[in-house]
Amino acid sequence: MMKNDIILAGVGGQGILSIAAAIGLAAVANDLFLKQSEVHGMSQRGGDVQSHLRLSDKPVSSDLIPYGKADLIISVEPMESLRYLPWLSDKGWLVTNSNPFINIPDYPSLDEILKEIKKIKNHIIIDADGIAKEAGSARSGNMVILGTASPYIDMSFESLENAIRKLFGRKGNQMVETNLKALRAGRECSVK
Amino acid sequence: MKRVLLLGDEAIAQAALDAGLSGMYAYPGTPSTEIMEFIQSSKVGSDRNVHREWSSNEKTAMEAALGMSYAGKRAMVAMKHVGLNVAADGFINSAITGVNGGLIIVSADDPSMHSSQNEQDSRFYGKFAFVPCFEPSNQQEAYDMVFDAFEVSEKYMMPVLVRITTRLAHSRASINLRATLPQKKLSLPVDPLQFVLLPAIARKKYKSLLSAYESLRYESLITKYNNFKDGSKRDLGIITCGIAYNYFLENVGESISDFPVLKISAYPFPKELIKDITGRCKEILILEEGAPVIEEAIRGILDDGIKIRGRLDGTVPRDGELNPAIVAKAIGLPVSYGKAVPSLVKMRPPSFCIGCGHADMFNSLTEAIKPYGSGHVFSDIGCYTLAALPPFNAINSCVDMGASVTMAIGASDAGLFPSIAVIGDSTFTHSGMTGLLDAVVKNSPVTIIISDNSTTGMTGGQKSQATGRIEQICEGIGVKREHLRVIVPLRKNHAENVCILKEEFEYRGVSVVIASRECIQTATKRKRSENSNE
Ligand SMILES: Cc1ncc(C[n+]2csc(CCOP(=O)(O)OP(=O)(O)O)c2C)c(N)n1
Repeated sequence: MMKNDIILAGVGGQGILSIAAAIGLAAVANDLFLKQSEVHGMSQRGGDVQSHLRLSDKPVSSDLIPYGKADLIISVEPMESLRYLPWLSDKGWLVTNSNPFINIPDYPSLDEILKEIKKIKNHIIIDADGIAKEAGSARSGNMVILGTASPYIDMSFESLENAIRKLFGRKGNQMVETNLKALRAGRECSVK
Repeated sequence: MKRVLLLGDEAIAQAALDAGLSGMYAYPGTPSTEIMEFIQSSKVGSDRNVHREWSSNEKTAMEAALGMSYAGKRAMVAMKHVGLNVAADGFINSAITGVNGGLIIVSADDPSMHSSQNEQDSRFYGKFAFVPCFEPSNQQEAYDMVFDAFEVSEKYMMPVLVRITTRLAHSRASINLRATLPQKKLSLPVDPLQFVLLPAIARKKYKSLLSAYESLRYESLITKYNNFKDGSKRDLGIITCGIAYNYFLENVGESISDFPVLKISAYPFPKELIKDITGRCKEILILEEGAPVIEEAIRGILDDGIKIRGRLDGTVPRDGELNPAIVAKAIGLPVSYGKAVPSLVKMRPPSFCIGCGHADMFNSLTEAIKPYGSGHVFSDIGCYTLAALPPFNAINSCVDMGASVTMAIGASDAGLFPSIAVIGDSTFTHSGMTGLLDAVVKNSPVTIIISDNSTTGMTGGQKSQATGRIEQICEGIGVKREHLRVIVPLRKNHAENVCILKEEFEYRGVSVVIASRECIQTATKRKRSENSNE
């Protein structure tokens, strides 16, 4: 049985819903069952936001992932990646951006945060913003992270590329290309 | 068959369009907003010229939808749960008038109050008004139910309530679509007095409403959503409502076949349905997303007989939404948490955007109010409510839309001076205008600050009915020109704005200060789309 339970984490406005939409489109193209719970409303004003994404070849019941069952946490912000550890399974992977988003006065030291992340057996920390800039698309840090996390999602990389073509197609060819470039650059950072 | 990926909200919107909708009416409110937004951006909506403009508030939306139904066409009105309080007069009386074209009211509840001031359960309203209620357990059911709800509405000439909750509204799943039905033609009610609720008419209509409601219990369009499936267990039977079923299924997986399970997704249902399961099992566990509506009905006052477990005996928490872990514990299954959240992880509450005009307005207000001490500022619901949090700590109330103005009036009646209201532009046209009229008529010594960002910001930037009209409205209501001040909340205007506010606080009559500056979010969006159009 194929099952991917993924938590997407970040701060309102950081683009986690685009990551969710890309995975969602790929899942539909692969004929998988899918439920994807999003946060809209109040928290989008600079608060913490998360999305639960559940892919399976069998129908999915709960819109929410149970504790301890997530296979993957994809986070566009380091402190936010830690907020969802109660959901991560023993064997799960945590893939996060290293660049903090600081909009609270008591934001902890980044070193301490990274130390906590490194305690997780399966973790990848990348400088998604830097990689995105290098790839010529400073605003596509979210797609870099998706690229880095992609080996841990049980769908072909091509299907994610196609999803990005579909997702950004309306915004023109250039938008598609910069996002694809970011996705591929992220993929290359992955250990697998 | 076409399959598309849709939010629960979008599935409802798509279904309404596919079922021949002619009019969508709504005021924004999380988690219901995406229903109208989907219809506004859909091609079918514009091809078919479906009415799809926002209304000033939920009451005007409800009544306009009833008017569309009067004229024989299918209408839908959508709101968040507290919106149904605002629309309640129209809603409850529409049950007595009945409908002509099919009429669906969608109320989106927010248990756990992710973006709300309470977690009231809209199913109470269904029962209160004798209106049938559908409560989908998943996105596909939400889509299918809209078709049946329109049919029930037209067959029984009744409005129908569709109750959803946050996790369904804001979760995506793939949906199988049906063929599109034609829209209805204009046709007036056969009985010209159907909508005239004079007491003599209303009495008759109320009697027929009561008996129609009873016959709904056996209506197949409703009973098909209430299913009992027996299992081998006799020690525990399960009753689930709406999305609670999913959490149960998530936990028990294939062994669901062992349990006698009654899945309820439509109301009213017959007593026999409950007796069927209670008669077989020693114990019943009731899982409801929201208030213990069914649990209270089954326990009754005597609360005797079989053992009932649920929210009222502590098996399930009394408040808050359900989740897989709560349901696991209720059925006695273990929950395996991952690692604990490290203690260094800090709360990240929502906050003003960088460059938000509300923040500059509050900076000036805080300085101007200082000499009077704290406790003078009544506020309202919107992004500006974030001023209740540090570092501002600038407001003393947030109750329901419009209450800032009227609470300021009442407090000034009691002798509080100065008495100040802070209200957003959309909230002002939603429910602040009538309060302002009260203030003008008795010349209350209040200062009303309308923090005008030209949008309905908190819910994502929908068009505000107030945009470009606030000054005219205030003048029309009778605010004196010399006490109708317009300021631009920018840091460079701070000193001047503090002066203006102080002057108006000291005025012993009604003054209105309009602090006007476009929302930074909508401004950015607007500029981006202007650039891409060039
Ligand atoms: C009766 C009711 N309807 C809808 C809402 C949802 N709601 C909360 S704030 C808000 C927007 C207020 O807009 P505005 O007053 O312009 O303030 P802004 O958020 O733009 O600062 C809405 C629609 C609600 N809380 N209560």
